[in-house]
Amino acid sequence: MSEPVLVVENLTVYYYTLKGIVRAVEEASLKAYKGDMVALVGESGSGKSTLGYSLLNLVPPPGRVVKGRVIVGGVDILSLRGDELRRARGSLVSMIFQDPFTTLDPVRRVGDQILEVLLEHGVPLEEAKERVVEVVKAVGLSERMARAYPHQLSGGQRQRISIAAAIALKPRVLVADEPTTALDVIVQKQIMDLLDEIRKTTGMAIILITHDIALAAERASRIAVMYAGRIVEYGPKSKVIENPLHPYTRALLQSVPDISSSEWPKPIPGMPPDLRKPPSGCRFHPRCPLAMKVCREENPGMVEVEPEHYVSCWLYARR
Amino acid sequence: MEVLGRTLARILAKIIPLRVSGRGRILVYTGLVIVLAVIFMAIAAPVLTPYDPTRRAGRSFQPPSWEHPFGTNNLGYDMWARIVYGARTILIVVFLAIAISMAIGIPLGLLSGYYGGGIDRALSMVMDAIYAFPSLVLAISLAVALGPSLFNAAIAIAVVYVPTYFRMIRGQVLSVKEELFIEVAKALGIPTFRIIFKHILPHILPTIMVVFSLSAADAVLTEAALSYLGLSVQPPTPDWGYDLYKGKGFVLSGYWWLIFFPGLMITLLAVGFALIGEGLSERVRREQL
Repeated sequence: MSEPVLVVENLTVYYYTLKGIVRAVEEASLKAYKGDMVALVGESGSGKSTLGYSLLNLVPPPGRVVKGRVIVGGVDILSLRGDELRRARGSLVSMIFQDPFTTLDPVRRVGDQILEVLLEHGVPLEEAKERVVEVVKAVGLSERMARAYPHQLSGGQRQRISIAAAIALKPRVLVADEPTTALDVIVQKQIMDLLDEIRKTTGMAIILITHDIALAAERASRIAVMYAGRIVEYGPKSKVIENPLHPYTRALLQSVPDISSSEWPKPIPGMPPDLRKPPSGCRFHPRCPLAMKVCREENPGMVEVEPEHYVSCWLYARR
Repeated sequence: MEVLGRTLARILAKIIPLRVSGRGRILVYTGLVIVLAVIFMAIAAPVLTPYDPTRRAGRSFQPPSWEHPFGTNNLGYDMWARIVYGARTILIVVFLAIAISMAIGIPLGLLSGYYGGGIDRALSMVMDAIYAFPSLVLAISLAVALGPSLFNAAIAIAVVYVPTYFRMIRGQVLSVKEELFIEVAKALGIPTFRIIFKHILPHILPTIMVVFSLSAADAVLTEAALSYLGLSVQPPTPDWGYDLYKGKGFVLSGYWWLIFFPGLMITLLAVGFALIGEGLSERVRREQL
């Protein structure tokens, strides 16, 4: 396979709060290839958004990337500073957010907001104007809508504008942080279709952050399951969905309601841990039905169980 | 009176369309009428009076008459001419002072609020220290230290109002910078200075307008106080505060017009600015609810 466009290696992010260190992301590694859609799945507080932010070196204080590398197109984003970092954001890695109602500046025309991004990355005015039209059309809106203010647009239209601004500079990687959570199902489908189309036509790798494993199963090409700051399972979608290895992944899949089956979805017992004092060993062991003694003592490393399919669980570790 | 106010408001609404509703609108327009009238006086001074405010225009101590609408003072200067030309002095000092304190207070407030941390703590401490002084005492001592002149009076007043702008702007930045569209701007690689001045500042403009009017009202009174104490422009330049001080000595002799008109003008101008500020804040408050 060709070179990956995004490589994340041993990424560790802590929040240094007054009440202690929150270990939000620990030793996360993953790869995405051209045109991939990698879904980061996990419950609230599993560190998936923090991981997404660190791909842009944009972890909000008091958070800090403790170690690791994020390489996009040969550049280590985490080593960039100042103007270089600013230029990398938007042109190498870009991001779209959950709530389209607050992601656009209410006092400026949406087209100008896209134009600004282009101009600030050194695109000449004439070219930038053409690109705005092009990109607004690419996300399925009419040229006319570039002159609208955000309040004149619907939620779906606004999310389209956010996407247009994010892809205007043709970044290699687009981080989508729950892009459809605030939208109704019909619009949700349209936006996901649009993201699919973008990645197919431009080859952009999309990192889809979501808590909805059903959505991930439907759309992603790869799935990374996060639990309490660690990636516990990672692999091509078909393998993760059809042959889930980690007990947490299995539990997550069983918790999805299925209309055709007569069984009730099974909740996962217990609560996600406090990341200021994460459990010893494997972080899932207090809730794991298959926990063994070793799970309490030591964290299992990532094991490649079948090609491209990694899991971090003592059930598969060869000692 | 009410009918007159409403008619004026309707006429002004045609000239200056303001999106302020109800009570706020009447306040703003009344204030605008007063302030614009004083500005008009200052600009059109030579047209409004044939007399030179620093030359003898007739006998001393003449009561108001057709020839001298506001009477004459002890030196025989025409009081109407002094009021009209005095408007220039006070407006120059007030606007200069406000411009200086905005030029310092707004950028500092923006930076302090946006970056936070050490800069913020240091700046806030300095501003709080200034704010802790009674404003008039501070202005007087600064004016004394700098020496009496129009420009120094403006600086003295400016220093007093810098913390007002600073604190107001800083507080607003703290709330606006948490908005998601600021996060988006960062994620899309917009430079920090552009984020501060193009994305945050426009959202604070309404507040700046309100603070401007309210502090202008205050500055009018401070300027009058300074010149009353002889710490602003020097005689014989016409100035309301100074005329008030001069006239005070003759009140007991029954020459009421020497203090009545300067005092009235100072009050009117201050009320005018205050009304604009009150009316505008009506809208800002509603928006923030």
